[in-house]
Amino acid sequence: MNNHDRPLSPHISIYRWPVTMVTSILHRATGIAMAAGFIVLVGWLFDAASGPEVYAKFLGVMNSTLGWILLVGWSYAFFYHLSNGIRHLVWDTGRGLEKEQATASAWFVIVASIVLTAAFWWVAS
Amino acid sequence: MVRHCGVYRAHGSILVGGVMSLRSPLGRVLGLGTAKDGTSHWWGQRVSGIALAVLGLWFAWSLATLSGFSYPEAVAFISQPVNALLLLLLSITMAWHSYLGVQVVIEDYVHSHGLKIASLLLSRYAHVVLAAAAIFAILKLGIGA
Repeated sequence: MNNHDRPLSPHISIYRWPVTMVTSILHRATGIAMAAGFIVLVGWLFDAASGPEVYAKFLGVMNSTLGWILLVGWSYAFFYHLSNGIRHLVWDTGRGLEKEQATASAWFVIVASIVLTAAFWWVAS
Repeated sequence: MVRHCGVYRAHGSILVGGVMSLRSPLGRVLGLGTAKDGTSHWWGQRVSGIALAVLGLWFAWSLATLSGFSYPEAVAFISQPVNALLLLLLSITMAWHSYLGVQVVIEDYVHSHGLKIASLLLSRYAHVVLAAAAIFAILKLGIGA
């Protein structure tokens, strides 16, 4: 008897991720990323209040390659968490909870987050 | 939610729709559930989230349109009264929203009871320190300028 052909119960590592699962995980991941980003935001304010010498060190750190990667990442995290947060608020009213609707809104949120991030850096540049 | 009146019985249980409920009358009235905080966490997340959608978009727009991030430019931006007020609201609301979110993540993933309590304490203190540091910095620049 060949055991390999038997069906396995679905598990996180073996079945195709539904897009709604990706958006759910991303919501939490971007939230945690922004909790860390909040430290840098407060650092920006506090270092500005601490005088030009301290502020220059802050600028030096954030003006590095890693600094710019983090800033782009936090801008995406913000626009993703914002878009998907609005999706959650719509769900709170009892709307959009059907499977097809949730899948469609998941793709909408993914596209919106990329477009908003691109628009942000376009305005900034 | 069952809104109609139950029939109170001598030993403290209550008949709801003809079925005996094991929940105490006080527990039913308070509506706090097993976690003892009712809907306050959920509701606080929504209140702070809606505020952050507005404050966050203002901040993103401000950063994107700021002429530069040199020391004089940053101080001029932060100390401008309307900006200082909105930065205060942003910092306080973000500390609150971030605390609520990190709390759920800790409760979900940290299973050891002692480590969970320690992490929740650390997170709460850290968020208070961050909020206080932001408030101090904004007021110092806003009032000092």
